[in-house]
Amino acid sequence: MLIITCPWCGARPEVEFRYGGEAHIARPADPSALTDAEWADFLYNRTNPKGLHAERWRHIHGCGRYFNALRDTVSDFFVTTYKAGEKRPDIDASSGGSK
Amino acid sequence: MVESAAVTASLAPARPLGALAAASRVLPAARLTALGDAARLVFRGREAAIGPAGEAFGVALPREACRFNAGNGRFAFWLGPDEWLLLAPGAEPAPLFAAIEAATAGLPHSLVDVSARSVGIELAGDKAAFVLNQGNPLDLSLDAFPVGMCTRTVFHKAEIVLVRHAPDVFHIDVWRSFAPYVWELLEDARRELA
Ligand SMILES: [Zn+2]
Repeated sequence: MLIITCPWCGARPEVEFRYGGEAHIARPADPSALTDAEWADFLYNRTNPKGLHAERWRHIHGCGRYFNALRDTVSDFFVTTYKAGEKRPDIDASSGGSK
Repeated sequence: MVESAAVTASLAPARPLGALAAASRVLPAARLTALGDAARLVFRGREAAIGPAGEAFGVALPREACRFNAGNGRFAFWLGPDEWLLLAPGAEPAPLFAAIEAATAGLPHSLVDVSARSVGIELAGDKAAFVLNQGNPLDLSLDAFPVGMCTRTVFHKAEIVLVRHAPDVFHIDVWRSFAPYVWELLEDARRELA
């Protein structure tokens, strides 16, 4: 079973977690100032990278908290996890993901 | 105001595990017990309210992740960084609720009486961890899940709060509608043993 490290609870089995989509997407401060295309871009368009992806996870059957993870979408390897509100760690795709 | 024995009986709390517990086999390696009523309060709050809430409850709220504090037969379980389950077996929730509300008045927090939401199950014996692991994926070795640890987790498809009181004594708190499901799967796992 895949082990995911919750920043609060530590290493825990994947069945305790839920995926929460791409991380670091800020809701526009003034939505009515956006064009329809810009709003659609915020709502629907995601980076979908091959390699490292910053994404939200929730330890729903644990502490209940949302946090962020850097996961390699090729190998499914979790390079690191960090608390919500923290900056994306400065790690590039070559430094992890293949373990 | 009419108050007859029949009315009182019909208002008695439903015991979802009553019949199952009565029919349960004795197995010393993994003893299964349906625990009695308890006051259960969920407290959530920011820094300023945490200390006063613990003082009013009589047990300080633990700040370390996945740990509980105990005292005077009461327990404060860490469930999240700003979330605790306060458990007082055999106690009435209303006076506890009022005391904590009084102590935290004006401080941002939430306090919810969830006494009727879940029921407690004790699983004790040499094979308690083995039985739990039939439906729970956590490492229950004493290094990874020491005495004094508590956490929300899963048992098969049900969410539970799992607590280790002693190396061979676990407390499971489970939402009452899931309780028979969890109990019968624990029974199923116990069949491995005898
Ligand atoms: Zn957690």
